[in-house]
Amino acid sequence: MIEVIYIRWLRQLKHYWRSKSRLIGSLGQPLLFMVAFGFGFGPMYTKASGGANYMDFLAPGIVSMSILFTAIFSGLEVIWDRQFGFLKETLVAPISRTEIMVGKTLGGATIAMIQGLIVLCLTYLLGFRVPGLESLALGLVFMLLIAIFFSGLGLAIASKMKDMQGFQLIMNFLIMPTFFLSGALFPLENLPPAIYFISRIDPLTYGVDGMRGALAGMSVFGVYSDFATLFTLSVLVCLIGAFLFSKVEA
Amino acid sequence: MQNILSVKSLTKKFENFTAVKGISFDVETGSIFAFLGPNGAGKSTTIKMLTTVLKPTSGEIWINGFNALKEQDEARASFGIVFQDPSLDEELTAYENMVYHAVIYKVPRKEREDRIRQALEIVGLWDRRKDYVKKYSGGMKRRLEIARALVHYPKILFLDEPTVGLDPQTRKSIWTHIKNLNEERGMTIFLTTHYMDEAEEIADEIAIIDHGKIIESGTLEKIKANTGTDSLEEAFLKLTGRDIRDENGGGGKLKFMRGMGRRRRN
Repeated sequence: MIEVIYIRWLRQLKHYWRSKSRLIGSLGQPLLFMVAFGFGFGPMYTKASGGANYMDFLAPGIVSMSILFTAIFSGLEVIWDRQFGFLKETLVAPISRTEIMVGKTLGGATIAMIQGLIVLCLTYLLGFRVPGLESLALGLVFMLLIAIFFSGLGLAIASKMKDMQGFQLIMNFLIMPTFFLSGALFPLENLPPAIYFISRIDPLTYGVDGMRGALAGMSVFGVYSDFATLFTLSVLVCLIGAFLFSKVEA
Repeated sequence: MQNILSVKSLTKKFENFTAVKGISFDVETGSIFAFLGPNGAGKSTTIKMLTTVLKPTSGEIWINGFNALKEQDEARASFGIVFQDPSLDEELTAYENMVYHAVIYKVPRKEREDRIRQALEIVGLWDRRKDYVKKYSGGMKRRLEIARALVHYPKILFLDEPTVGLDPQTRKSIWTHIKNLNEERGMTIFLTTHYMDEAEEIADEIAIIDHGKIIESGTLEKIKANTGTDSLEEAFLKLTGRDIRDENGGGGKLKFMRGMGRRRRN
């Protein structure tokens, strides 16, 4: 049981480590966002908020973003496994679907965590400072929750997709809105009701808010309620993912 | 046990098209069994059901004494399979692919290295074990897939068109490996192929399927005698006709429905 999960996890880490271009390429986007938004909107934010530093606000959002993307993509990798035939090899083995799913989710979550930590280091270069070890520890908890949630979500989606054709759909109508309406880039106050509503049902909102509470001491809902919400959602998405994956045929 | 594989009234329906119509047959332990048929005859659907990839609509499958539908894990541990399409992880090395397989088939940790080495030596890939699979040629990938299927010591090995698209040298060497496995280890081999000469040379028992039914089975001699022909190829053509079959079987509507079934399965 544990070994099957481990070998699934290891395989994914090897894939990640070996594609250096992907590793470096995926750092480009968060960096671009930090530079463009950080320096572009920074002065405006400072003026509007009466002296607050935008980088403190933005950095937890960008770290969340990089975790979101990495996690959901690694879940979607199952579609590639299907297209290249490797999924069959795993599905006819005398192991349970739950083992396969748990290994994959943990692998995706680990990679997303590593990616998030690298981005967190990059924010240091742009002037963001984590207040202390306690905040860092709490921040890591939220990073892990975001990673597990979206890795599980990616896998759940992948078990319903036959090929990469629906990828654009998922990208534009799920991943991008999840990111933009989560409050990663701007405060979720004084928004039109529709946008307000969407942002409240967006799981990443609670991840970003929790991260911000942990790393920068700014939180709308409170860290505990963020944690409870995200934890519940993660458990839920993993259960749904396990169910959907158990129905997958090779 | 006399029969390693026993199939009873196996049926598979897709929507309102029946791909396999209640077939029954037995495969004797230690034999080489060739399962032949034109494209779209129900061959692939059958092998998918035998290897637990696809759920039958009705019927029974017994592998190594286990009910493949109710004791799925035990049945799965009893067979090895080389799929028609590649199923390797190309981003891993050959050795890593082997380890992955050994772990998911729960080969005891102490035995892993020996068994992997043994299997890779059989197909002559031990020296290339550290290469990435993406650097392998088509024939090497096939040999690696055969080696991989041996790691958990299966009682029966399913080979779905193992030599398709390979040059004559590679085909010859693959059949030699397969024959050795059968003779030296008594491993039962269940294979499908479109090369009648290969089936003729290697198989102890042959079954021919067409339109979802087994239309002839037995030893080569028996099939030749029954059809009054001199070779398996002639017998095959006599039994299944000379019309060229569509890859998906049947004509327009039939093809469309098979396609739907395939999509749902994939």
